[in-house]
Amino acid sequence: MLDKNKKLDIEEILKDLENYRPKRRGWHWREDRGKQIYGEFEYHQASKPLKQSIPLPAARSFGNIDPQPDCIITTEIASGRFEDDIRRMRMAAWHGADHIMVIRTAGQSHFDGLIEGTPEGVGGVPISRKQVRATRKALDLIEEEVGRPINFHSYVSGVAGPDIAVMFAEEGVNGAHQDPQYNVLYRNINMVRSFVDAAVAKKIMAWAGMLQIDGAHNANATAMKAWKVMPELMVQHAINCAFSKAVGMKPENIALSTVPPTAPPAPCLRIDLPYAVALRQLFKDYKMRAQMNTKYMESDTREATVTHVLNLLISRLTSADIQSTITPDEGRNVPWHYYNIQAIDTAKQALVGMDGLLEMVELKKDGYLAEKVRELKERAVLFMEEILEVGGYFKAVEMGFFVDSGMYPERNGDGIVRHIDGGIGAGTVVERDKDYMAPVCEHFGYNNLPEGLEKPCDLIDGCTFHKPEKIVFIDELDENDNVYKRLKETEHLRKSTQIKPEVEWTGDGIVATTIFLPCDEDTAEAAALEIGKKMGLEDVVVIHKLSAHPSEGTVVEIKGRVPFTIDISKLSIPKKPEVLDDDIIRKDIERKPMKVVAATVGEDEHSVGLREVIDIKHGGIEKYGIEVHYLGTSCPVEKLVDAAIELNADAILASTIITHNDVHIKNMKKLHELCIEKGIRDRIILAAGGTQITDEIAKEAGMDAGFGRGTKGVHVASFLVKKRWEMEKDINEN
Amino acid sequence: MAKRPDDFEVRRQHLRNLTDEELEKRFWQLAEEIVKPLVELAYTHTSPAVERSVLLRMGFSSIEAKAIVEGVMKLGLLGKGAGNVVYRLAKKKNIPIREAGLLLVEGKCWEEVPGLFEGGASNA
Repeated sequence: MLDKNKKLDIEEILKDLENYRPKRRGWHWREDRGKQIYGEFEYHQASKPLKQSIPLPAARSFGNIDPQPDCIITTEIASGRFEDDIRRMRMAAWHGADHIMVIRTAGQSHFDGLIEGTPEGVGGVPISRKQVRATRKALDLIEEEVGRPINFHSYVSGVAGPDIAVMFAEEGVNGAHQDPQYNVLYRNINMVRSFVDAAVAKKIMAWAGMLQIDGAHNANATAMKAWKVMPELMVQHAINCAFSKAVGMKPENIALSTVPPTAPPAPCLRIDLPYAVALRQLFKDYKMRAQMNTKYMESDTREATVTHVLNLLISRLTSADIQSTITPDEGRNVPWHYYNIQAIDTAKQALVGMDGLLEMVELKKDGYLAEKVRELKERAVLFMEEILEVGGYFKAVEMGFFVDSGMYPERNGDGIVRHIDGGIGAGTVVERDKDYMAPVCEHFGYNNLPEGLEKPCDLIDGCTFHKPEKIVFIDELDENDNVYKRLKETEHLRKSTQIKPEVEWTGDGIVATTIFLPCDEDTAEAAALEIGKKMGLEDVVVIHKLSAHPSEGTVVEIKGRVPFTIDISKLSIPKKPEVLDDDIIRKDIERKPMKVVAATVGEDEHSVGLREVIDIKHGGIEKYGIEVHYLGTSCPVEKLVDAAIELNADAILASTIITHNDVHIKNMKKLHELCIEKGIRDRIILAAGGTQITDEIAKEAGMDAGFGRGTKGVHVASFLVKKRWEMEKDINEN
Repeated sequence: MAKRPDDFEVRRQHLRNLTDEELEKRFWQLAEEIVKPLVELAYTHTSPAVERSVLLRMGFSSIEAKAIVEGVMKLGLLGKGAGNVVYRLAKKKNIPIREAGLLLVEGKCWEEVPGLFEGGASNA
């Protein structure tokens, strides 16, 4: 079992890997989907809680609940170094991801066979047995830590589909993309080879209970106008579904990869919603993997997030079995650690927020929506009719039917053209002879096995599916490009008190800064680079800019590397206040009642923080029997002091959130001075709180204590009781 | 494909009067009709990747599987099944499957392989 206070030990994961067997096989859906109680709320589209997790920031005001939506949440993690990725997977799991998708390194789909060892990847990870096994082993630990099974996912495509399918089945990979059309259209792999390989791969995936996701969403990303390919996408989904079912996959293990094709400023719901509805009607026996839009992403993470929330609205207005997430930084770089977290939180936040939406609103069954749904279906049917008219799928591909920029039946003559005898792997497919035989289980196709066998592999005393001890594990093939070498290079950061910022890899040193400059875009960009250099950053690059006005200002985000490390053993970390036991506090208040006046001071309408510290409902100081007189918000300091005198209060609690012109400091000083003036300072306790308050700042301004972000009733009550003891002691001593 | 304008209204005439259920049924009938020859093709054919996947399941490493499949292809015997080649060689020599495969990986016994099959290679 992992200790949440300890980092994942990658060396430990790699140890004895040759003997590691995965705990389970097959896909896992979330449990107890439907009604769930979290805190004081009832959810209708939720699932079983996690054992350990990090809730949304606002959960602080809701008893720290972390409601888990009913659907699986996917995050894609693939930085090129799996040893760094698994730490990110752990963070992702704590935020609510239970489907971890690993993108493959560039070029793996053209690699004829399995990659072995742990070479570094480009834009993804080279998927090898060792990397898969190490990752699965780490996920087996992480899923125990959070208390929910995690689905591990990669790709069964390229010219080694069947090889990879076998390896995935053996290694407990739970889901995979598999779609021969993806090979043909986007990877230029020979079409005959692609379909022959796909059938064998799919049969193996079916045995392993893997969930399959198709590749249709790639047409969205490739087409110039993504919304024009909607009819074709339905055809691609249908071909992969029908083919998969025919070779032995169960429809409930077949998922459509579907993306709302447009994004604002297009009126996206008007285009995306009918499409989403049509898909869910036509493919009701299959699962929906709702992906977020990437096609129209720029470098603006805010814009991407809004588009993605609209995508989530479509998921809740229709359905999603798996909600995939795209990191909001994907338009600018290979995703960083914290953008994976942001994307997962965006999905969790929006899905939970829209819980039970369809119990209150209903999609119209007539008018525009219904007409569009019908039109899309008819266009898809016409598309398939023409495929058959021209002589079938292969002929249609040769004629450039797919990824044409015209909305079918309109054609612009710019579709992707592939030839039956062209592409990678052309001419490698042969007919099975009459005496063709494969003495293994789960093999698709003609197989001239001897009669009377219980299972095919009885011929060879068991295949790896029944005797996993027969699996041959290869450790490393390249003595320079492997995980051990990379770990050696970062050892000084992993096994010492030195720390360095990172966004992707241990010790990459990258930090990002947001800068506003009161000038035009071009000037701002050049100035920002200079600012980065003067800040001591190396390799400074502008990663985003947004004009606020052609001459008044530009927002620029830069990234760069810091050339130093920080020794954490030399840091002075302020100690968290020690809290008293609830019973001790209660007993002391029983011994001697305590009266407190509280308010948000100055012209400040914020009340949430203070109410939480006070209210019995939130575990505030009232629950210990402390008598609280709450004077509300925007309370003048004078009024607060007068009330304290009138009520003969033991303490004043002042909340101050607004910090403009240091008004929070001024208010605290004023409170302190007024109490002196009125002659009560030596017998009254003064405490201030607020998001920008620290104990240090408050004490400097004359308070007895200050309370910042995350303060709870118990902190304040502990302080009040302890401070009163101190004051009583002083009186007794004098 | 040659350019053509959106003639949806003209083309859809035969679909117009179908109910939604009929339209959906037609959608799936067409999909099944399209994939039928593709499934048939996969059923009756094999490829180097398919045969490597058989050898992996028989307990060979990816490197060994690749070497054996390449040897089998050179002899034009892929249509017999690479696993079948190893299986028959093991039977003939009365040795374990893994041992037979490793002999082939080491470049040995290939001359015995064509004789394992009646009539040799039909796809040579």
